[in-house]
Amino acid sequence: MEDRIRLEHGSGGVLSRELIEQVIYPVLKNAAYPSLTDGTDIRCSVSMCMSTDTYVVDPVFFPGGDIGKLAVFGTCNDLAVSGARPEYLSLGFVLEEGFLLEEFSRVLDSIAKAAAEAAVAVVTGDTKVVPAGKGGGIYINSTGIGVKRFTGNLDPAEFVTGDEVILSGPLGAHGIAVLGARERLPVGDAILSDCANLYPLCEELFSFGSALKFMRDATRGGLAAVLNEIVAAGSSGILVREADIPVNRDVAAAADILGLNTLEVANEGVFIAVVAPEITSDALKRLSKHAEGRSAAAIGTVVKEPAGKVIMETRIGGRRIVDLPRGLLLPRIC
Amino acid sequence: MLLKEIMGINDRYSDPSVAAGLVKKIEEISDTLSRQVRLMEVCGTHTVALRRAGIHSLLPAKVKLISGPGCPVCVTPSGYIDNAFRLIEKHNCRVASFGDMVKVPGSDGRTLSAHTGSGRIKVIYSPSELSALAAETTEAVVFLAIGFETTIPAAISGFRKALEEGRKNLFLYTAFKTVPPALQFLLSDESHMLDGFLLPGHVSVIIGREAYGFLERKNGIPGVITGFEPIDMLIGIETLLKLIRVGDARVVNAYKRAVREGGNPAARALMYDFLEPYAAHWRSLGIINDSGLRLSSRYRDFDAASVFSLAEETDAGAPGCLCGAVIQGKVTPADCGLFGKACTPDRPVGPCMVSSEGTCAAYFRYGF
Repeated sequence: MEDRIRLEHGSGGVLSRELIEQVIYPVLKNAAYPSLTDGTDIRCSVSMCMSTDTYVVDPVFFPGGDIGKLAVFGTCNDLAVSGARPEYLSLGFVLEEGFLLEEFSRVLDSIAKAAAEAAVAVVTGDTKVVPAGKGGGIYINSTGIGVKRFTGNLDPAEFVTGDEVILSGPLGAHGIAVLGARERLPVGDAILSDCANLYPLCEELFSFGSALKFMRDATRGGLAAVLNEIVAAGSSGILVREADIPVNRDVAAAADILGLNTLEVANEGVFIAVVAPEITSDALKRLSKHAEGRSAAAIGTVVKEPAGKVIMETRIGGRRIVDLPRGLLLPRIC
Repeated sequence: MLLKEIMGINDRYSDPSVAAGLVKKIEEISDTLSRQVRLMEVCGTHTVALRRAGIHSLLPAKVKLISGPGCPVCVTPSGYIDNAFRLIEKHNCRVASFGDMVKVPGSDGRTLSAHTGSGRIKVIYSPSELSALAAETTEAVVFLAIGFETTIPAAISGFRKALEEGRKNLFLYTAFKTVPPALQFLLSDESHMLDGFLLPGHVSVIIGREAYGFLERKNGIPGVITGFEPIDMLIGIETLLKLIRVGDARVVNAYKRAVREGGNPAARALMYDFLEPYAAHWRSLGIINDSGLRLSSRYRDFDAASVFSLAEETDAGAPGCLCGAVIQGKVTPADCGLFGKACTPDRPVGPCMVSSEGTCAAYFRYGF
């Protein structure tokens, strides 16, 4: 087989079949679902959850991960924070003509490894090829189905004053790692994307029942976007304490130099939970058993006023608004 | 220095107990003042840093902070953006820019980000990338060279590197500006109502304390050169209040770990090797004598304005926009009828809302 993707690999003909049978199938086949056909029967008689996401990250490979790992964990994490254990995954590839097959194989290997870690079965997929110059090498859509393990209500409208906000880990590593790789910035090799499977952490919180009130992974738009979204939905506000937010010092320093705000930078291995105050210390204890939850911390509190706003108590005791991220993350002039 | 070490230093400059002590001192001085005092932070980075640290919420009512004209994006006239469009669309140039500039609307409301898809505009992080960028193509590459004294030496050093590496296709479209003439302009208006300046730390690294001598000699108004960490800014405010209380019009350097008396003569020598002063156009303020720097005649062949015969920059202000009064500290953003309604960071009308360091954007985003 040639070493680059050709338009014919997406034609539905011989080359399409070769790509599927010789490149994709050997890596992603699953003994329980051996067919990898257009549709796969899945066996269920329980409450399910479904989520989809599309991955267009540039560059395809970045420190700490790649588009394949992201496509698996990203969609699985959306299920996990919805209270579901990820079970099945579909993958849709949009490949650009000329993309190196060797790189495609690396992405597939990474998908296989991540799927094994998340214990999720890739059961169906699709591949299309677009002409050179019309795509970013590879785009992936993944849709996941999970079985609900937590059936409580995860609704910000039910927050009460005094509920606490837990953050599972330090902010900004994914966004800074990807930006650093894309723009070839001297941010140092120490900054790796935090891209990780969050289900084991979320599962730790399921047994708290109704004391667990909300979960959300802080991806695009970061912590600032998630907190603003949840106050917009309810009739309360959130007070965040800057001094309590876990910090990855390398990431914080790089963001500082680039003029970016780590509250607004994307994460792929961090989630926010809102819990009743009586379980906070237990919840933190359980999260901290996992590598990804080692620095989990209670960072804020649900407050009555000002409703609909996120306020930060700064390190020096001042107050300010935490606004929704706006526009693209671009470095400042000075 | 390792990134981690930098952060270690910064932690000390946001120590809560030190901050509480300074806030208490500021309150004590404020209690002895007979009226409200108005302090202008000149620099856009201060405007944002003060609000991000929540310092406004800690100050007594008698101490009012006013934001000044120190955001380079905000003071660049709209005609400059129009000319940048001409460079791309008429002269087929590739344009390199800092991130904030591609979000600024020109006279017709379009922003340069319209060309990011075609690759005609490239956002750069450092002017040191310019030489490599020019080497990638035989087409003309124009750098949108804006900024104050902080940015100018870095931009010129990137330009010099390109010349040394033999690039003939890199041009500068300069709108460099200098801070002291802008301060003199503000003070030349007798209704300014300013009691003192928090002077820009980064700019002062280059120009030094000496450059502000006119404040004491001519205007009798004090200033404090101030750093950007929360403790730096509280010390700056405390020091300035002490000067105001006793009527002392000195300029004090409260950012000694970065700023020397005479600044950085090597950086200034580099600037003036390549650049000469001229009467520059400031958005919403107009022409200010000797307030801009452009390539000197020796480098005219690399001056995009001259090579591509760009039109004189015009400045079409939007109806109802008070940005001009905002950057002179005469009104606050909330006084503007457009603020937060027709003009938001997502759909900015005036330059102060466009730049992340603009006064209106900082008020809008951080509140209090």
